[in-house]
Amino acid sequence: MRRTTSRLMRGLAVLSVLALGATACGGSDDDSSGSKPVSAGDVQAALKKGGSVTVWAWEPTLKTVAADFQKKYPKVKINLVAERSGDKHYTALSNAISAEKGVPDVAQVEYFALGQYALTKGLSDLAPYGADKLKSKYTAGPWNAVTQGSDKVWGLPMDSGPMALYYNKKVFDKYKIAVPTTWDEYVEAARKLHKADPKVYIANDAGDAGFTTSMLWQAGSRPYKVDGTKVSVDFSDAGAKKFTDTWQKLIDEKLVAPINGWTDDWYKGLGDGTIATLASGAWMPANFVTGVPNAAGDWRAAPMPAWTKGDKASAENGGSSLTLPELGKNKELAYAFVEYANSGAGVQSRVKEGAFPATNAELQADSFLNTEFEYFGGQKANEIFADSAANVADDWSYLPFQQYANSIFNDTVGKAYVGNTKLTDGLKSWQDASVKYGKEQGFTVE
Amino acid sequence: MSSMSGTSSSATSASPSASVPATGTTKGVPRLRKRREHSAGRPKRSVLLTVLTGLILVYTVVPLIWLVISATKTQEGLADSSGLWFADDFALWSNIRDTFTYHDGIFVRWLLNTLLYVGLGAGGATFLAILGGYALAKFNFPGKRGVFAVVIGAVAVPGTALAVPTFLMFSKMGLTDTPWAVIIPSLVSPFGLYLMWVFATEAIPVELLEAARIDGAGEARTFFTVALPLLAPGIVTVLLFTTVATWNNYFLPLIMLKDPDWYPLTLGLDAWNNQAQTIGGDVIFNLVITGSLLTIVPLIAAFLLLQKYWQSGLAAGSVKE
Repeated sequence: MRRTTSRLMRGLAVLSVLALGATACGGSDDDSSGSKPVSAGDVQAALKKGGSVTVWAWEPTLKTVAADFQKKYPKVKINLVAERSGDKHYTALSNAISAEKGVPDVAQVEYFALGQYALTKGLSDLAPYGADKLKSKYTAGPWNAVTQGSDKVWGLPMDSGPMALYYNKKVFDKYKIAVPTTWDEYVEAARKLHKADPKVYIANDAGDAGFTTSMLWQAGSRPYKVDGTKVSVDFSDAGAKKFTDTWQKLIDEKLVAPINGWTDDWYKGLGDGTIATLASGAWMPANFVTGVPNAAGDWRAAPMPAWTKGDKASAENGGSSLTLPELGKNKELAYAFVEYANSGAGVQSRVKEGAFPATNAELQADSFLNTEFEYFGGQKANEIFADSAANVADDWSYLPFQQYANSIFNDTVGKAYVGNTKLTDGLKSWQDASVKYGKEQGFTVE
Repeated sequence: MSSMSGTSSSATSASPSASVPATGTTKGVPRLRKRREHSAGRPKRSVLLTVLTGLILVYTVVPLIWLVISATKTQEGLADSSGLWFADDFALWSNIRDTFTYHDGIFVRWLLNTLLYVGLGAGGATFLAILGGYALAKFNFPGKRGVFAVVIGAVAVPGTALAVPTFLMFSKMGLTDTPWAVIIPSLVSPFGLYLMWVFATEAIPVELLEAARIDGAGEARTFFTVALPLLAPGIVTVLLFTTVATWNNYFLPLIMLKDPDWYPLTLGLDAWNNQAQTIGGDVIFNLVITGSLLTIVPLIAAFLLLQKYWQSGLAAGSVKE
């Protein structure tokens, strides 16, 4: 393991090359490969012939889907590799693509990270397989994410995260506070709650890039504009101002708990009533059930507070797609599996296990809308989520290097949460750092 | 500081009040007596040192206590109760059972993987370190100083820094995602080699080797029957070092392995912990904690059992005989 210093230097050099390689532009590669249409017959023939498909995906409901798929096509073996998620998953995927070895046939990629892999030609366009004809099956937000606004299809949407406001009803009832329907009421509720019990905060927020971008999305801000390799970043539009004005109040008056999401502290706070609300994606109930079992029955879902009373605009938070990495093998089988999981029979079994679909048919099904959530005291929460999904504006885009941008969020905007700077200044320095990085990577940044 | 030393001088021992005036008047004799009083058998006690070691003890033991206590709690109990005391329900046994049975008993598989990596990796590293250390200590050859410089240099390079180049190399050879990718890099332990070198220099008298050679023993036989037994304390020390390093190895397997079936315990527990950060993931902090406890038990056992050798091995070379 340990050798000499020159090795170290070389090691560091390779490491940085790897990091850059993951995000660098594809340059002048022509994509003549794989643009031939693949007929349904080809896929059927491949399924008959059999083979194996390696799938890198952490989505828990895929386990059943893989088993069902293998039952239906006994000659196909699905090798589901599921233990890694988030950044570690992307590092492994980028490493495999750089090394051109061990690239999976199917990879789960979240919507925010899709642009990066699509632009570096790390993924196969699924339109030749007939994916472009599936447009009407999906809700607008996720479909826009997988196509990146082009006529290519980089993946099939697996789930979606139309936002809702989860609130601890027990806490709200105890202090006789009404559930906020606008963000102004939200700030008022935050003040009342914290005054009634200084241990109670309306929400936790220690700086979270995914949450902030979703909030900007809902507020009508469109900070990122992407046209091929032309990119612009601008956090100074009217929508961004709405968000920063409101959120700055919460930060200044110390009304949000300085707890990072997804930590054990966070789960604890959601359970013991110190975090009273959570604005998050419709996939959250499954995490409530296993992560916050001690607060079962306390929580309810509500529509997102509006920026102006009566406005129903919503946004997406999280969600991911299944993609076919360019260097993967057994493309026909891989596509067959992706289609089965995200457009075919797999969707139903995944919804049954608690996944939140991105397909219109499931979202509008009576059985789905009438599902009573035991955890939410029998509430038919899907009605709220489905309504939110229908009101997501579909013109949002992430940066083609969003993964990097999100990684520097805490060094820039994060400072506003510890009181060193204002949210607007934090966003400005995030913008500057993102622009700088984009230029270094060869993007035309305005 | 001053108050601390004040209390220390008054509380150290009963003798100073008697011996201080004595040292003032006559110089030679009381000095000798004082030295004998606080010799190796009965060292001088110092409150300052006791407090410092006490702090370090608390610092090292509290996380362990937290771990043991938390391992008795369910997922609900972890959220509801304070960290350093027990929850209402005592769930240690059910936690252990769940840890071993979760996901079709993958924990057992990870445990066996770790044992495999430690057995082959740490065992192999120790064996190579013994051979190399012995050769460097007892044979003269051109370039020995160069080897010394390389080994010392290598001790200073953190293994983590070499993980990515090693990954690219192994990837070219098609070895990534196989157990070899973890075992082969673990076979090299510059620190173990250095320790064996120093130890062999001190522990094996050249005369003994010469006597063996005169009696007609070949080099291999001399090594295995004469040198090896003398090296036993050093071997245990190196074995413990490499075992701990391999048992706790995280970064190398992290980038080398993708298939959970080949994960060691460190990666497996991390994967379980990450489930809490995953949409729709099963949150199992209680199993992560219980699994961590189970993971360190073999290491603690190894230390306690081999403590005697470990201490004598560490002290090797500190005293010129």
